Amino acid sequence: MKKNLTCIVCPIGCRLEVTLDDNGKVVDVAGNTCKRGHDYAMTEFTDPRRTLTTTVRLTGSDSDSFLPVRTSAPIPKPKLFEAMKKVNTLEANAPVKVGDVICADFIEDGINLIACKNIDQGDSHDNSKR
Amino acid sequence: MEFDTQKQLVIVGGGPAGLAAAMEAFRNGIAPDDILIIERDRELGGILNQCIHAGFGLHMFGEELTGPEYSGRFIEEVKNAGVGYVTNSMVLSISDERIVTFVSPEMGFVRMKAGAVVICTGCRERTRGALNIPGTRPAGIYSAGTAQRYVNIEGFMPGKRVVILGSGDIGLIMARRMTLEGAKVLRVCELMPYSGGLARNIAQCLDDFDIPLYLSHTVTEIRGKERVEGVVISKVDENRRPIPGTEEYVECDTLLLSVGLIPENELAKLAGIELDRITGGAVVNQYNETTVKGIFACGNALHVHDLVDFVTREAYTAGRSAAKFIKDGGFEVATGEIICKTSGGVRYTVPQKLIKSVTVPEELKFYMRVDNIYKNVKLELHAGGETLKSVKKRSVAPGEMESLTLGAAECAKLYSLGVNELEITLLHSEEEAK
Repeated sequence: MKKNLTCIVCPIGCRLEVTLDDNGKVVDVAGNTCKRGHDYAMTEFTDPRRTLTTTVRLTGSDSDSFLPVRTSAPIPKPKLFEAMKKVNTLEANAPVKVGDVICADFIEDGINLIACKNIDQGDSHDNSKR
Repeated sequence: MEFDTQKQLVIVGGGPAGLAAAMEAFRNGIAPDDILIIERDRELGGILNQCIHAGFGLHMFGEELTGPEYSGRFIEEVKNAGVGYVTNSMVLSISDERIVTFVSPEMGFVRMKAGAVVICTGCRERTRGALNIPGTRPAGIYSAGTAQRYVNIEGFMPGKRVVILGSGDIGLIMARRMTLEGAKVLRVCELMPYSGGLARNIAQCLDDFDIPLYLSHTVTEIRGKERVEGVVISKVDENRRPIPGTEEYVECDTLLLSVGLIPENELAKLAGIELDRITGGAVVNQYNETTVKGIFACGNALHVHDLVDFVTREAYTAGRSAAKFIKDGGFEVATGEIICKTSGGVRYTVPQKLIKSVTVPEELKFYMRVDNIYKNVKLELHAGGETLKSVKKRSVAPGEMESLTLGAAECAKLYSLGVNELEITLLHSEEEAK
């Protein structure tokens, strides 16, 4: 069986044609222009994954009330909404640096929720300046 | 005209274009304290601060970054280099003598004479007013970018049941974002028979969440008194006119508009800079210099880009050129201009003209957009009856910017022809006609 798929790895968005055997296993990928496109097609039918980007509530900053975050690696697509629920229970504290782990082993062991923005501690929150 | 103070380089706008232009000018010998970036928002970074999704930086860094991560890298560079900047500051005018008038909480009302100015003011969204959608004027109608700011920065949800008009990338990204945050996105309508967004955004923002995309459809009425209660959606014909009898009422509380971006050039107009009717941005030469000497433009203020990576590259050219202008007092004596024309479905090209500099350039890069989807075409650059460059394209679309690069040998050839114009065109194949 052949199935068509748009590659989401990069902005080129190659049209992929994937051949599946009777067990739903990918046996051939055509239309990709790079190795990553091939890998994407291979996993998309067995274990589709997406990088989640969202925000968590932030305290300790004068400028920002929310911190943009992302998963350090793609998480299983069916778990995106479960992940969003969990995100809503989290809170980060300024100062934060890009790459800081906001939640370790998020949804899956070895995948962290990490900060995407450098945010200083606000003067009104900094005890040393009071 | 009078002025109070001076800087070698003033950069209007601290988004990705302004940050990159500043850094490149710094690397080309302009002292960091002689550069001033003037930013209107409370922080540097521009629109990328609210673009929290991933997909930026593949060309520049070889990895996929979120918007804040991408701009964050340039903000760090600027801070580490000691390049000057002010935030919460608004430029009121730029004169043709490069006197920049602005207001700033720290500096007050300032008239600053600049050795060179780079306009990096970005773009604005088209609004409901630009579309003339009939109906009432209730709350709940937002441009997609405004909704994006509410959700990602301010932390407010604009609504629960959402219809999105326009399938540009911002509309698609917001369809996913609103869905993840718990809203029901009922449908995305697109006036054109094709989406203006990237194919991968259709896949990962709509298909992933079973959000239907209605091509050749538009909103023909908005209902609701205090708050949006629903919209009427109609199919359109090939002339984009609504077809009577195809109306369908969809109950919703929110309408997001993602219907195009317009370069912001009020300041450029005040300076007397000639604008390109099609791009909405300044007319520039290969140095990204506008028609007013010493004023440069780049990024979305020049023409709307799909990828920030190309904004950065363009800003590097503008920053480098501004530094050269400051140090040399201008560019080498020109022997005339080459006007860059377009045809065959190419809507525009940037730069719009070339100065015939004394030294032949090492490289010339042209950016352009086409007016429709074409398959199996050749993008070509012609001058003096010769084809200087020909690139095969499997598919081109209005939503995806194309580029052509002339190498050193091709630049030498172009200059040796002694022409006053060149033409960038699409060569359509017989295969396409089928």
